[in-house]
Amino acid sequence: MSSDVSGSSGITRRQFIKTSIATAAGGMLLSFHIPAFSKVAPFEPHADGGTELNAWLTIGADDTITIRVAQAEMGQGVFTSLPMIVAEELEADWRTVRVEYADANRSVREDRVYKRMLTAGSGAVRLSRPYLQQAGAEARERLIKAAAEQWNVAPAECYADYGRIYHKPTRRSVNYGAIAAAAAAVSVANVEIKTPEAFNLIGLPTPRLDVPAKVDGTAIFSMDIRLPGMVYATVMHCPVLGGSLRGFRFNAIRNRPGVLQAVRMDRAVAVVADTFWRAKTAADDMPIEWDIGPEGKSYSDTMRRDFVAELGNDGVVVVHEGDPVALMDDAETTIESDYTAPYIAHACMEPLNCTVHVQDGRIDIWAGVQDPEAALLAAAEVSGLAPANVYVHNCFLGGGFGRRANMDFIREAVMIAMEVDRPVQMIWTREEDMRQGAYRPMTAIRFKAGFNLDKQLIAYTNHSVTHSILEGINPDAVKNGIDPLSVEGLSNLPYAIPNRKISHTMKSTHLTTWFWRSVGSSQNAFAMECFVDEMATASGMDPLAFRRKHLAHRPDLLNVLDVLESKANWGKSMSRGSAQGLAIHECCGTICAQVAEVTVSETGELSIDRIVSVVDCGNLVNPTTAIRQVEGGVVFGLTAALYGKLTVENGQILETNFDTNRMVTMDEMPTLETHFALAGGNKWGGLGEPGTPPVAPALCNALFRITGRRIRSLPIKDYYLRRA
Amino acid sequence: MIRLNINGQDREIDVDPSTPLLWVLRDNLNLTGTKYGCGISQCGACTVHLNGQAVRSCVTPVSQAANFEVVTIEGLSEDRSHPLQQAWIEEEVPQCGYCQSGQIMAAAALLKQSSNPADAEIDRVMTNICRCGTYPQIRAAIHKAALKVSG
Repeated sequence: MSSDVSGSSGITRRQFIKTSIATAAGGMLLSFHIPAFSKVAPFEPHADGGTELNAWLTIGADDTITIRVAQAEMGQGVFTSLPMIVAEELEADWRTVRVEYADANRSVREDRVYKRMLTAGSGAVRLSRPYLQQAGAEARERLIKAAAEQWNVAPAECYADYGRIYHKPTRRSVNYGAIAAAAAAVSVANVEIKTPEAFNLIGLPTPRLDVPAKVDGTAIFSMDIRLPGMVYATVMHCPVLGGSLRGFRFNAIRNRPGVLQAVRMDRAVAVVADTFWRAKTAADDMPIEWDIGPEGKSYSDTMRRDFVAELGNDGVVVVHEGDPVALMDDAETTIESDYTAPYIAHACMEPLNCTVHVQDGRIDIWAGVQDPEAALLAAAEVSGLAPANVYVHNCFLGGGFGRRANMDFIREAVMIAMEVDRPVQMIWTREEDMRQGAYRPMTAIRFKAGFNLDKQLIAYTNHSVTHSILEGINPDAVKNGIDPLSVEGLSNLPYAIPNRKISHTMKSTHLTTWFWRSVGSSQNAFAMECFVDEMATASGMDPLAFRRKHLAHRPDLLNVLDVLESKANWGKSMSRGSAQGLAIHECCGTICAQVAEVTVSETGELSIDRIVSVVDCGNLVNPTTAIRQVEGGVVFGLTAALYGKLTVENGQILETNFDTNRMVTMDEMPTLETHFALAGGNKWGGLGEPGTPPVAPALCNALFRITGRRIRSLPIKDYYLRRA
Repeated sequence: MIRLNINGQDREIDVDPSTPLLWVLRDNLNLTGTKYGCGISQCGACTVHLNGQAVRSCVTPVSQAANFEVVTIEGLSEDRSHPLQQAWIEEEVPQCGYCQSGQIMAAAALLKQSSNPADAEIDRVMTNICRCGTYPQIRAAIHKAALKVSG
């Protein structure tokens, strides 16, 4: 962001911030941006490494500022938003900022200097902002102190602005590049960070630094790594999860051109060749025998029935307030509904892959991972090497959505590379990527609600049966038979209901589960917010009025609903076959409410016409990417709601590519609108995930109004839709 | 030996003629801007031009590309100056960016045939998958580029 931004655009940065906060309560559509033109190539290696002021930034003699990012750039824009936070406090000239990944190896060697390197839970800004501000502020104060010492004046008479230190009384100034080396040698203590009203850069729509590299093919994803002598590996896994490798006949393919070797693993075999295609086609033709195991007879329909049957048994009580069971018996009317959601895959555009070079006493890994430190530690464990001897070179991620926080593919690539005497790039085919587990969990959820004569809600019970995520990876986090992620959005439902009992049962299958964009909130918000509409109907109330009534204690949620009501024009008259549906959910510290407008044609064809989102994440760093994260989350939720489902037959996943595992495409896109109703203050909520959970319930609630039928089992494609 | 003309340069490649053009570009020629997404012509991440037509290189045998002009994202312009690339930057289309080479190549072929496509035509032609959900920006960028071309 350059000085002419505040000058020529007719609105100063500070005015912009103030304006946005002032109008926040009424909602704000951010649809413009102020262009900035970088003076430096933001990702190319910089010849002058510069002087390091702290682990987060260096300043070169030419004023180039390199800011290190410890979170993964998987499309959410952290290569821009996180440097903005550092640059804000540094009073940097944004045009001189370049970006590089923070080094996981250094973090391991230097007592976790980069703190949290996991990118998950919509936490990049939410969790790292305070210490990134601190890093920028501390560097700024050292630049000021060094300049003051050089001029022999008091630091209090000096200030930083736009890449220069000024001495106010004499109007002397010095550029950062000239004073950086001296600044590295001074120390400062107790530097305070800015509060939002003092921000100049944070909150300004700022062009993403990674866009140019992503329009000409130069952005490097891990599959684009090319090393001298590098070979390629493809992996065939047992088609049934939990099965193992019995044997294979490498001799059948040994003499094919380019084929080098096969690597045996417990449940998989890798074929290595000089090109990927030669490896893949050879692997396809290699006879392999699997030990399928007892799961070779399992079916997803049976799994679903078993989950629903479990609802009839008592679960572990998570929340118990009042006397819901007795009141339920006394209730004038009761409603009861079962909801289910299937396993679904992440289906990142870039199939999982990893390049590894094992050398004497050193391993180098090129991957796109949501946690390079975990990748480093996994590689150390697999290889037996000390963590300090493992180097992870993180790349752009071709989608993450949680999947790339799982280190299964890193471990496998290291296992293969340890048997290969040169760098090897392991690529899972799309089919392997979708078959190899780590799915959003299957769940079944039963709700019961009781109403008195006045149709007031007096009792509420809820029992969920869900395939745990944490049980397999962090059993300590599972307490008393409850995986907290499985009951996200159910145990902490925001509605004031005096008598309630919420219980849970963990239930697993042979498939494996993992964090999927918005985790428990995804399937739970679907069930919860659909049932809220059912309760509204039973109360004889409008869905929005019913929610308001039970959210009177939550002014923040009410504010979001107020803005949504007006922006979406809730309750407007719709033509026959069209309707609105509503849902609201809070996760990752952010509230997101949506109205979906859908149409079912006379012949039963569904079109999603418009989805309006209203979001309160407290504050924004980069409004442009903030909107895109919400809307990207909406599209992600749309695909899951309409089509997301993995079918298991004979233990195997049937949907292994995009022909059967369908994704929403351009022609199906609704109009998307996003408005922010920001609470401001000290609230900094996440944005990567909250756009996803309300989509499915908003759609299903709208469809009920058209068809008169509740959709209680995802995906929507499984239903025959007909106007009532 | 298979003779190819890639981004204006003649190349000779010694590969099995049935090898998909995608893998020849990526593994033999180190043109990694063209991406692997599905291998079955469903997602479009591998889209390149064959004599100006958009094709999905993951299912195009390299033998079919012989004697044709192949253009990849690397050859669309030398300096991101193609109107679509400019529009893509102005609209800030990419998120993760993985599908965008294919999106841009598909859009470039569309604009060659239809200088000012309506939404319905964009919907019909732009069948590439984007998991980040950048479709609204892709549509806006195509309209913007069409304006740039037609002046």
